[in-house]
Amino acid sequence: MATEATEIRGVGHSVKRKEDDRFIRGKGTYVDDVKLPGMLHMAILRSPFAHARIRSIDTSKAGALPGVIAVVTGELMAQHKLAWMPTISADTQAVLATDKVRFQGQEVAAVVAEDPYIAKDALELIEVDYEPLEAVVTPQRALEAGAPVIRDDKEDQKDNHIFHWESGDKEATDKAFAQADLTVSLDTFYPRSHPAPLETCGCVADLNPATGQATIWMTSQAPHAIRTVFALVAGLPEENIRIISPDIGGGFGNKVPVYPGYVVATAASLLLGRPVKWIEERSENLISTGFARDFYMKGELALKRDGTMLGLRASLLADEGAFHADAQPSKLKVGLFHIVTGSYDFPAAHVVADGAYTNKAPGGVAYRCSFRVTEASYLIERLVQNAAYELGMDPADLRLKNFIKPDQFPYRSATGFVYDSGDYHRAAKLAMEKLGYDELRKEQERARDEGKLLGVGMASFTEIVGAGPSADYDILGLKMNDGAELRIHPTGKAILKLSVQTQGQGHETTFAQIVAEELGIQPEDVKVMHGDTDNTPYGLGTYASRSTPVSGAATAMVSRKVREKATKIAAHLLEVAEEDVQFEKGRFFVKGAPDRAKTIQDVAFAAYTNFPAGTEAGLEGVHYYDPPNLTFPFGTYLVAVEVDPDTGEWNVRRVVAVDDCGVRINPMIVEGQLHGGLTEGFGIAKMQLITFDEAGNCIGSNFMDYLLPTAWETPRFELGETVTPSPHHPIGAKGVGESATVGSPAAFVNAVIDALAHLGVRNIDMPLTSSKVWEAIQQSSAGAPAG
Amino acid sequence: MLPARFDYQRPETLEEALFLLDRYGEDGKILAGGQSLIPLMKLRFASPAYLVDINRIPGLGDIKESGGKLVLGALARHNEIADSDVITARYPLVASAAPQISDPIVRNLGTVGGSLSHADPAGDWGSVMLALGAEVVVRSSSGDRTLVIDDFLRDTFTTDLRPNELLVEVRVPAPSPHSGGAYLKLERKVGDFATVGVAVQLALNDGHVATAGIGLTAVGPKNLRARDAEESLAGAEPGDAAFAKAARLAAAAAQPQSDVRGSADYKRHVVEVFVRRGLARANQMAKA
Ligand SMILES: Cc1cc2nc3c(=O)[nH]c(=O)nc-3n(C[C@H](O)[C@H](O)[C@H](O)COP(=O)(O)OP(=O)(O)OC[C@H]3O[C@@H](n4cnc5c(N)ncnc54)[C@H](O)[C@@H]3O)c2cc1C
Repeated sequence: MATEATEIRGVGHSVKRKEDDRFIRGKGTYVDDVKLPGMLHMAILRSPFAHARIRSIDTSKAGALPGVIAVVTGELMAQHKLAWMPTISADTQAVLATDKVRFQGQEVAAVVAEDPYIAKDALELIEVDYEPLEAVVTPQRALEAGAPVIRDDKEDQKDNHIFHWESGDKEATDKAFAQADLTVSLDTFYPRSHPAPLETCGCVADLNPATGQATIWMTSQAPHAIRTVFALVAGLPEENIRIISPDIGGGFGNKVPVYPGYVVATAASLLLGRPVKWIEERSENLISTGFARDFYMKGELALKRDGTMLGLRASLLADEGAFHADAQPSKLKVGLFHIVTGSYDFPAAHVVADGAYTNKAPGGVAYRCSFRVTEASYLIERLVQNAAYELGMDPADLRLKNFIKPDQFPYRSATGFVYDSGDYHRAAKLAMEKLGYDELRKEQERARDEGKLLGVGMASFTEIVGAGPSADYDILGLKMNDGAELRIHPTGKAILKLSVQTQGQGHETTFAQIVAEELGIQPEDVKVMHGDTDNTPYGLGTYASRSTPVSGAATAMVSRKVREKATKIAAHLLEVAEEDVQFEKGRFFVKGAPDRAKTIQDVAFAAYTNFPAGTEAGLEGVHYYDPPNLTFPFGTYLVAVEVDPDTGEWNVRRVVAVDDCGVRINPMIVEGQLHGGLTEGFGIAKMQLITFDEAGNCIGSNFMDYLLPTAWETPRFELGETVTPSPHHPIGAKGVGESATVGSPAAFVNAVIDALAHLGVRNIDMPLTSSKVWEAIQQSSAGAPAG
Repeated sequence: MLPARFDYQRPETLEEALFLLDRYGEDGKILAGGQSLIPLMKLRFASPAYLVDINRIPGLGDIKESGGKLVLGALARHNEIADSDVITARYPLVASAAPQISDPIVRNLGTVGGSLSHADPAGDWGSVMLALGAEVVVRSSSGDRTLVIDDFLRDTFTTDLRPNELLVEVRVPAPSPHSGGAYLKLERKVGDFATVGVAVQLALNDGHVATAGIGLTAVGPKNLRARDAEESLAGAEPGDAAFAKAARLAAAAAQPQSDVRGSADYKRHVVEVFVRRGLARANQMAKA
């Protein structure tokens, strides 16, 4: 049976996203779309104070409002041993406050009512008597002697210090600095930002009192891990817990943690025997759920006069908020921050980190970032740019001089990572060529002569994704491995079940393409399922760009397992020995006689109808992938800006982004990811900020204050690519979801600093509002230029 | 974002609306474009018991010239103003301000009457109307009152409107032949309120400044008129020196506060830069 040579749309094809049909037609199913018979609605009362003792809570008036079914307080939760819960950083977090409130927006009580409006009305009737305490709003203040102890609930906690952590070689680094001709340092703050997914967090908890079955629809990026945590926290039997993450409207790390609302809604459903829905409002999402960054960083470079980098020191102070709820591998206190040596060949490096409690929302999540690589990349790229000014070198030349060279891979970094592959020079040179770097530098000279400010910013980042190898990476003991299960049905159509959870990344398309590549089944014939813990293999979920490196690898591996069996069946059908069967693009044929062939569809049918004696029926498999190493995507971003010297306003003229994420499964989706990430990076650099006044009031609690860039002001992006496959990933892919958020903020900031560098400006902390830029010009050695 | 309970009425005539306003008194609120009121209700900063939706009242949104004035009906939407041929041809300050208000979604619904009645010191229309010397007509069941805009805008979110009054129209004097105007706005992104906004209107006569109007946005408790700056220009020779002086006086009149948008010093400085630039631009138009 010869087949037509239709092209298999596997790896490398810009297949249109299979999921978009339902999204565009409004036929997606988000958690808020779930409506169950008898369902109740929950709203949460939040603390107006950043730090206050709770003297009393009176719920009688709220409870008396018609339509209110129950008012839940911390006291009630405590009776069920649920007033506190563990965080993913092995700390504890209050579910509903009992003793004190520790940040503005903290959960104090909850109302369950017949409809959401009544629940909201009832919140206003709960009377809480607070005794305000001094709010600690910076980690610097938190660590001062005499600062109020925020976590007085913890017996051994006598101050606000959470952890001290070091990486690298201090002695070798000190030696490097002693030998340096020149040292350059940079003190900078990466401010608190928020992932702000369009869909806020929420759940529908349905606990059946008769069967003990708990079904919870939840906005989670990691449903399996959440199920295990629920089993541990609530003591529910794990087989009776089913977490369903339906369509998720963006996550960006915000939907990794377990939030008090999930726990209270679940407890309420258990106590009331009815389904309970809880959906966060926008402000609640911004003020109480996982924020990102909030790192005070200092970097120091030791250099030779010719620009050779000898050593790097980085120290940082992390503002963790009131509960240490960072999302990160257990063994690493500041995630993968020690990737801070970036793209450069440093003989020595040393990193010191401390974390402190403050009266702010907890949950330093990796906002579109692999565990703090964003902060690390920002620090090193800002520092290198500044070092070039001190050396009198072009920032691009300094980078090119110190990049790890292609023949050094696999490369062991000074802090112990083994970079899998890279060609940094190639990506940087391509970006410079696309931008017309040298011309722009000349134009910059001319512009300066006319009093105009033009700047070119560069960032050559190295990402680190795909956590991770079981030897080093776990979360609460759970190894960071992920699974894929593949079943081919008799008609040759397949179902692929994943442990990871898409939130817009396009898994339903790209993972189908991996199967297409490996088995020759067209992507539209591969249905991808995820997000239901009863029906998908175990795994830790989607964040930190780990889906393709881990679950994508599992998908390739399980396809290969299935192919092995398929080959046996094909041999049986072709009546030749297995060794004589060759596979290519969906066809099994006899070596040397390519016309004698069976398609994968023929084989699938035979797997249920005509399989060789001694073989099991069916064509399916499951694989759990333990990555041998992380993957290291990289790239160079170049940004050109013009700054108005009179007002400090800056406008982006060009953005060139060259990415190398290894093999691209779906180039269109890769570009979409990059556009999104570049936009977010632009927003962070230019406008986004969650900040607090002295009393700990959150400023940035709605979209009038916390700004998301729109298509209007977002610059045009010019993309480029190089491909350096990962040598250890089955299809050579590295992951790309976060490259652009990681790499781009430094490029935007470097561009503005570059425009002002000749005035002596070396740092402006993000966001670079026009006010701050203008003030930097005023304070610079040159003062305001004529304009 | 769930508002408190409220009742809703949608009168078909102005008389009916005025009747309802009389009846509800302090408990009633007019709903125009809803672009300020609805967000306040969703945040529960405002919980009116009754909404009187005026959107179906015929003719309340008309834009026309009559009696030497541009008459903007209270319900004229920001976008309709931006798209109006009359305005584009003869009222450059109004034409340049309208498209700078928020984003297209807000402009499709938001109204000039609602904006002025809301009296947000960061609202753009107040400064524009100050610079143009506009009047507003307010109506109740007991008749009309006409107020100059300066008297209408009393304080932060406070106007001279009584609970039973409805703003029906805004009247802008037609500019003289040799005049020009511009609105300059610094915003953090599209859809953002002004960090600083400056409205400038300039009329020339015989090579000298006849009259100048300057309104300032987001740098005081309400939209401010930079009176000293205006007066310094009257009779002056238009040019860099006079504009720089007026700009300094306008900056001195500003009462900005430091916040996440920028420091007070910065905002004051931007007022100066924008007044200078705005006057230069208006002067170009006036001379053309
Ligand atoms: C995201 C966003 C961004 C914005 N950005 C800007 C901006 O940059 N610049 C700017 O100027 N504005 C901005 N606005 C506000 C917008 O212009 C509003 O349209 C305007 O402030 C109110 O007009 P409205 O017709 O929507 O009034 P509504 O919201 O319906 O009413 C506002 C108030 O005025 C009263 N009212 C309305 N009409 C009348 C009337 N005819 N007589 C008496 N009282 C009346 C109402 O009772 C209410 O108290 C923004 C709004 C949003 C949502």
